[in-house]
Amino acid sequence: MLTKRIIPCLDIKDGRTVKGINFVDLRDAGDPVELAKQYADIGADELVFLDISATLEARATTLDMVLRVAEQVNIPFTVGGGISSIKDVDALLQCGADKVSINSSAVKRPELVNELSDKFGSQCVVVAIDAKEIDGQWKVHLAGGSIPTEIDLFEWAKEVEKRGAGEILFTSMNHDGTKNGFANKALARLSEELNIPIIASGGAGNTQHFIDTFKEGKSDAALAASVFHFGEIPISNLKKELKENNIEVRL
Amino acid sequence: MKLVIINYGAGNIKSIQFAFKRLGINAVLSNDPDEILAADKIIFPGVGEASSAMAMLENSGLDKLIPKLKQPVLGICLGMQLLCESTEEGNTKGLGIFRTKVKRFTNDVKVPQMGWNVIKDLKSDLFSGIKDNEYMYLVHSYYAEHCNETIAKTDYGINYASALQHNNFYGVQFHPEKSSLAGAKILQNFLDL
Repeated sequence: MLTKRIIPCLDIKDGRTVKGINFVDLRDAGDPVELAKQYADIGADELVFLDISATLEARATTLDMVLRVAEQVNIPFTVGGGISSIKDVDALLQCGADKVSINSSAVKRPELVNELSDKFGSQCVVVAIDAKEIDGQWKVHLAGGSIPTEIDLFEWAKEVEKRGAGEILFTSMNHDGTKNGFANKALARLSEELNIPIIASGGAGNTQHFIDTFKEGKSDAALAASVFHFGEIPISNLKKELKENNIEVRL
Repeated sequence: MKLVIINYGAGNIKSIQFAFKRLGINAVLSNDPDEILAADKIIFPGVGEASSAMAMLENSGLDKLIPKLKQPVLGICLGMQLLCESTEEGNTKGLGIFRTKVKRFTNDVKVPQMGWNVIKDLKSDLFSGIKDNEYMYLVHSYYAEHCNETIAKTDYGINYASALQHNNFYGVQFHPEKSSLAGAKILQNFLDL
């Protein structure tokens, strides 16, 4: 049986790992390559690197980091952040990234999803969506959650699926950084309305939250950062507990 | 040991090259027929869309060369599918090494299958030291139907061939280069064949 995936997310700025608490404050959590290797060794199923660097020079550093990760890490990884063209994706895949994730650039130009899936295959195109529930409506936000739009989360998710996205990474801004659990209602609806894998993101605080997002949220994978980076939830213990709760995981 | 990874423009070959580097082998990327023929072992990779990958093989003449190879050849993911008779993806005719067809998963499961699933009923030296129900990383929307060349099985909605073998030709649907230590063991087994 296909297992549920546990995915640590490493925010990268200037070649270092950082994690935004509520997208604003940044804390240093170590060297990305070392961290990635450790995660692979302790049973992470995949990794996501999110490049939040602002400058082109810093992006060149990221390519170098991707190459070093690919060299040393034996599990799949996705790279996201600031990707807006076939050229950007080609460079990342050439350095050994398995998948890329696109976010604001897909909202600005939805054809990008078609172009990337036609050229590289759906399997490497993850569309990341940041959304916030406002008065019962889930609205897509751009630029790391700072710019609201009128776009409905579910409509947008269905559109990118049609355009060739291979996977959706949904971050609930209401839950991100709160450690109060994932947005399971919205996640379950995404899983029911779409036929591609859904990664839950935002809100992980304890083991029960992961159990809930796989059972109630019907998520295919769950992503978290600080609870893993600061050792609050050791991945091997988490996976054992998931297994004890009859959730299929790779042990 | 001279290992060549066939470089015909399809997919993430860097990962495969790095996986062998971790095993201490420098794999050469090449689309040169002489270099491929001179290799001890050959990897036939592939990620992306079947008909365009096959077109790239035809443009370079590799579609004629590959079936004639006598050394151990390992097709990975789309590489394995292209070694079959045909695939529903882009209605593509394959190289016809494995006597089976490749079909699309039906929509009662999420497509693509993405993540870790188990391989079982293992029947080949390629899997020496690998236990039944070992986890492998898979990403695919199309699957190979069983035939008498099936050497590993996986369940995803249906039960399908996650690995095939015909004489010196081996094919795996999963990505051993991305499947942690068990995947590395399979690559080592291929080197040891």
